[in-house]
Amino acid sequence: MSTLEDGSQLVGRGNKEGAALFRDWFAELNETARTGGQAAYVFVMGSTNEILKTFDLPVVFPEINSLQTAVRRVAHEYLEEAEDYGYSPDICGYVKADVAVQLRGGEHPMGNLPRPTISVLTNACNTYIKWAEIWERMYGTPMFTIDVPGTRQAGKQTWAGNSDFEADRNYVEVQLRELITLCEEITGKTFDIDKFREVLGHANTMTRGWSRMLELNAARPSVFNALTDGTIYLGVANGFRGTAEGAAYFDRLVEEMEYKAANGIGQTAEEKYRLLFVGVPCYPIFRRFNELFTEWGGTFVNSTYLWFASGGTNRGFEYDLDNPLASLAEGMLVSVRDSMDSMFFQDDVLEQMITDHHADGVIYHPIKSCRTVSTGLADGRRSLTEKTGTPSLFIESDMMDRRVVSEAQMKNRIDAFFEGLVSRRQLAETGQND
Amino acid sequence: MAYAAGVDVGSTQTKAIIIDEDAKIVGRALIDTGANVVQAAEHAYANAIAEGNIDDEEVEYVVGTGYGRFRVTFGNSQVTEISCHGRGAVHLFPNTRTVVDMGGQDTKAISVTANGEISDFCMNDKCAAGTGRFLGAASAALDIPLDELGPVSLQSTRPIKISTTCTVFAESEVLAWIGKGKKIEDILWGVHQSIASRSVGLMRRVGLDEEITFTGGVSRNQGMVKALEDRLGTRLNISDDCHYMGALGAAMFALDQVLAGRQPTIGTGATT
Repeated sequence: MSTLEDGSQLVGRGNKEGAALFRDWFAELNETARTGGQAAYVFVMGSTNEILKTFDLPVVFPEINSLQTAVRRVAHEYLEEAEDYGYSPDICGYVKADVAVQLRGGEHPMGNLPRPTISVLTNACNTYIKWAEIWERMYGTPMFTIDVPGTRQAGKQTWAGNSDFEADRNYVEVQLRELITLCEEITGKTFDIDKFREVLGHANTMTRGWSRMLELNAARPSVFNALTDGTIYLGVANGFRGTAEGAAYFDRLVEEMEYKAANGIGQTAEEKYRLLFVGVPCYPIFRRFNELFTEWGGTFVNSTYLWFASGGTNRGFEYDLDNPLASLAEGMLVSVRDSMDSMFFQDDVLEQMITDHHADGVIYHPIKSCRTVSTGLADGRRSLTEKTGTPSLFIESDMMDRRVVSEAQMKNRIDAFFEGLVSRRQLAETGQND
Repeated sequence: MAYAAGVDVGSTQTKAIIIDEDAKIVGRALIDTGANVVQAAEHAYANAIAEGNIDDEEVEYVVGTGYGRFRVTFGNSQVTEISCHGRGAVHLFPNTRTVVDMGGQDTKAISVTANGEISDFCMNDKCAAGTGRFLGAASAALDIPLDELGPVSLQSTRPIKISTTCTVFAESEVLAWIGKGKKIEDILWGVHQSIASRSVGLMRRVGLDEEITFTGGVSRNQGMVKALEDRLGTRLNISDDCHYMGALGAAMFALDQVLAGRQPTIGTGATT
């Protein structure tokens, strides 16, 4: 299809189908909860979905469940319940919302959630470990922690073939084998290597689709909103990783975006300023936050969120189906450490994003709830400014807690930022910036 | 003669400035904002017109600024006070590269270029620590009028270190020091130093380039001027009009429109 008439029905398809998949996913979880079935609790950075799907274990992403309470504007009820129970106002909002879900017996705005039969986590976030310990104490849930080495190396990471890397890969692979053994014990099923290969194949399809999506958003105008639309795509990328539905979804999404790029169909009527987003979205006022930018013609064309919250899928690593387990270990090693680097060493990649996606500005959004993603953003911003001179804005709020989200303060800063962009562009056009 | 106006509706006070085609200030007004923001803007504007002894019809363009900028119902467009303080400061002191604006509820550090363009800015977040409100708390605790805080603080010989950064807790800490028999001037100097410390931190985040211009209502406080100058190790640009800097900058943006005779170029993207 190459004309607007032929393909107009494609526009918006990905968002609709993404929402439908989400409903299906939560319907499955609801049914699992009703029947008392097994479920695995996992996290976005290093989910090991590929192994868990091989055992047909429904996966629960507590991070996604928690952000859903904020998007649906009920997060404060969950946060206050956890705080009444004794959790501090200063800790991760995702954890507290999940604690309240557990205290309510799995009650969630999208349906009932099953209890964890197993939790699988990595060391990508310290809170993951404390979080899983909560389920361990509540339910006696076995927690499996994968220690992924090689992070925080400031661009000096080793790669396949290097002896250090191979040692790290073996270290991860041994842990994955232990996880498989644990899954066999829990589910009573024998690990099926052929099914595993099939799952990895679907994951590869999704990875290619994800990479292509990011690439296509370099188009002018950009074809999807990296903040709002991107979050829908992220949800599918995580929840359906390694599934046939997920692979088909991304094939169709790429088709839609190819069509939009070919026909010059953008995300808003007029794209005046192309922006990058750094951090975690402001879910308590998710749509309004975006509007504060689109009112000025500002559109988000890429983000570090699409990077670390995709579990490193953006890296584009594809599994070798002839050597599946070693390849999964390599993929985990590469993607998890890459997720970590998005927080600690993001300035180099942002510099590349500015060039590739023709960005006019960078929006940094540190959040109270998560020191892991917020610490170092001020330094990262300073570094990026020195390297590129690209205008940037630093606004603090939260991903969950509306008590620390002040829309009026935010608007003031955003308006001032755009006034600067407008002024800068006018001066450039009249040659006064020379 | 054509005129341009800027109306700065702040959290505590509303300021209005009228300038002529040569950017000369011909009228100014300052009133408490109070609960009726629309009325405060109207009154301040009317007072400035009256002081300038000019006809309302001669004011061709009005820019609203400050938190209540969208409540300046007679305004032609809105510009944030961040841009306005930068623009006003560079107009009054052309060598300004850093602006520190201390108002009732927030303190801003603004980095500006030679033509008044904002290159970066930073503000206090979430709470009023390090703002004029902190002085208000000390004023209430010590029962000393705001205008006298600065002069009294400058008499200090053995300053107290105020440890809290919370404006609410500041009052109880001040009372605790009184209970320990400390002198009021020493406590007050400590309050000024505490605010200065936080403000300089904000300035460092945007890059501390000289010259530095001090704007906003607190710039009238001589104690705060000295506390900032001591910590920065340099003199600050100060003028009687620094309190009006947001309104002056707004008037300068309005004058751009008057002179260009065209539609607003800044502030048009967000009018709701």
